[in-house]
Amino acid sequence: MANRTGALEQPAAAGARAASLWGDAWRRLIRNRLAVVGGVIVLILFFLLFFGPLIAPHPYQHQYLPELIANDNRPIKPFTGQFLLGTDDLGRDLFSRLLDGAQISMTVALVVQAVVLLIGLPIGAAAAWYGGRVDTYLMRITDVVYAFPDLLFIILLSVTFRDTPIGEALDGVLLVFVAIGLVAWVGMARLVRGQLLSLKETEFVEAARAIGVSDFRIITRHLLPNALGPMIVAVTLGIPGAILAEATLAYLGIGAQPPRASWGRLVFDGQAYMRSETHLVIFPALIIALALLSFTFLGDGLRDALDPKLKGKQ
Amino acid sequence: MTVSDDRGQAASPTVTELPDAVTIDTEEGRLLAEKLADSRHHARRLLEVRNLSTHFFTRDGVVHAVDDVSFDLDYGETLGLVGESGCGKTVTALSITRLVASPPGRIVSGEIIFDGIDILKLSAEEMRLLRGRRIGFIFQDPMTSLNPTLPIGFQIAESARLHLGLSRGAADDRAAELLSKVGIPRARERMGDYPHQFSGGMRQRVMIAIALACDPMLLLADEPTTALDVTIQAQILELIRSLSAEFGTAVILITHDLGIAAGMCNRINVMYAGRIVETGLVDDIFEQPRMPYSWGLLDSLPRLDEARGTRLRTIEGLPPDLINPGADCRFSPRCKYVHDRCRVEEPELNPRDGEGHLARCFGTEPGGWIK
Repeated sequence: MANRTGALEQPAAAGARAASLWGDAWRRLIRNRLAVVGGVIVLILFFLLFFGPLIAPHPYQHQYLPELIANDNRPIKPFTGQFLLGTDDLGRDLFSRLLDGAQISMTVALVVQAVVLLIGLPIGAAAAWYGGRVDTYLMRITDVVYAFPDLLFIILLSVTFRDTPIGEALDGVLLVFVAIGLVAWVGMARLVRGQLLSLKETEFVEAARAIGVSDFRIITRHLLPNALGPMIVAVTLGIPGAILAEATLAYLGIGAQPPRASWGRLVFDGQAYMRSETHLVIFPALIIALALLSFTFLGDGLRDALDPKLKGKQ
Repeated sequence: MTVSDDRGQAASPTVTELPDAVTIDTEEGRLLAEKLADSRHHARRLLEVRNLSTHFFTRDGVVHAVDDVSFDLDYGETLGLVGESGCGKTVTALSITRLVASPPGRIVSGEIIFDGIDILKLSAEEMRLLRGRRIGFIFQDPMTSLNPTLPIGFQIAESARLHLGLSRGAADDRAAELLSKVGIPRARERMGDYPHQFSGGMRQRVMIAIALACDPMLLLADEPTTALDVTIQAQILELIRSLSAEFGTAVILITHDLGIAAGMCNRINVMYAGRIVETGLVDDIFEQPRMPYSWGLLDSLPRLDEARGTRLRTIEGLPPDLINPGADCRFSPRCKYVHDRCRVEEPELNPRDGEGHLARCFGTEPGGWIK
């Protein structure tokens, strides 16, 4: 009892607002201007994922050919009052198509990272926790996947399953997401394994065992929250990679099927007219670059904010 | 530092009624509860450790960290495990909770009868239900034994939720009650704080609250004050003493400090090189120790009544390598009273004057050469 044990230490800083780990990280993050800018653009992109079609001025697949070719027989028009960013070779509104493309690209960002977490996290966690032979087998599998040429694997997979129900799901994009995820999880598996390997030797894990916490609960409630920082950073920095991979594939003609088009596909379609109608390449390319930069800035900011070694600095 | 007695007292509500059984919402839990209820009738002692040997299988050879150790513990009793670093104190405690890291460690033989059941025969799942519920554990370093990413209220309530099947709210009430019991002011408000917001002494109080969350029958305290400064040490020890008395919890206190053991324990086991070399009531160990190693430990305590500038006394030499220990008395290389017999034969742990007073030394046996 308090009165029997005598003097008590005063709470660390009386009156000071109790700041949690996440609170500290948040304060460091919002001090980083680039990260804030990146974060805002990321938020806008996510907004477009859900509401893009609603704010699109025109249906993305509608061809306004009769009006466009009425005067000069050219469907491609830059910057008109009616079409904010101009129209493409089939007389479709580029701005609306970019908004639709945002939906595809942002879905890539999310689904690929979900697949990465879904595969990489359990494999990394199991390898670290059980160690020994389990670790050896799981990590050798990881090495094999890591060594496999990514693009070749994705293309093979996409071509093989193109005409199956999986290949046709979601206009053909689901297959691309899964294919990218299937090669991208190795990094996450290694990260989680590395984090958990060092964490599982800590005393608080032994303390958790000493009060009878089950293995599963130790991993999920005690270990993973400690590894969450690096994992969030890895996911954020993995998104631009996934968007880029999708753009690459779209450029090669794999993925979303016409009339839908991802950003990469828009660049590909536009390059045929690159010399005369530059807006068809420039705007999709710009938005890809913007998205990649934003996620990278945000990821870098998160890495700095969540790095416990930087605590107290800045 | 301020004394906040009034707060501490005002904040301590009545003790939550704890269900007696181990968690019963799983089949395993129900079976274990029955097993425990059954065994209770023929258990005379809370803990009987019989010929326990825990070895570590390393690349260099088998380390006999705990070698043929036997001792008893009564309900509500406080036992000290005393000895220098590496003598097997901690491994003994970890063996009792079956938390020895495996590999490389393994309990190779012996029985640990806890409340009537041999816990070495329990399944891993049954053992898990016993930990925290019946056996609490306080670790040495409170700075690293709390999870930095979880609020302390969660960490205290976790055990109660796991073992007592309490709802989130009830477990939080229990946690707040324990927090104020271990002397944390404004317990309710501090539940959501994280470990880094507490000082070392406060964290050890939190550790004690976690260990006592389910009102265990046995509390294992592994050098609970080693990582704390001296002024806090006394408070923490007093807290363990008063709470164990209040809850009727038996305590095994592991320490290398005989002074601490003297103040806390009913009985003391002196361990050396994986063996118990002397055991007895605190008074017997302090007034008539019958083993040169115990003398050495007592001698190395700094005393108030000696001249300034006197050098601290030590026991010369180092403990033996526990890989392939010989057939000799393990203390013989460091013993001032060593005879030829000690170098070829190991003495038994046999009775001396005093209740339950045993020692492992030829020299102090009847007819021995040490007076």
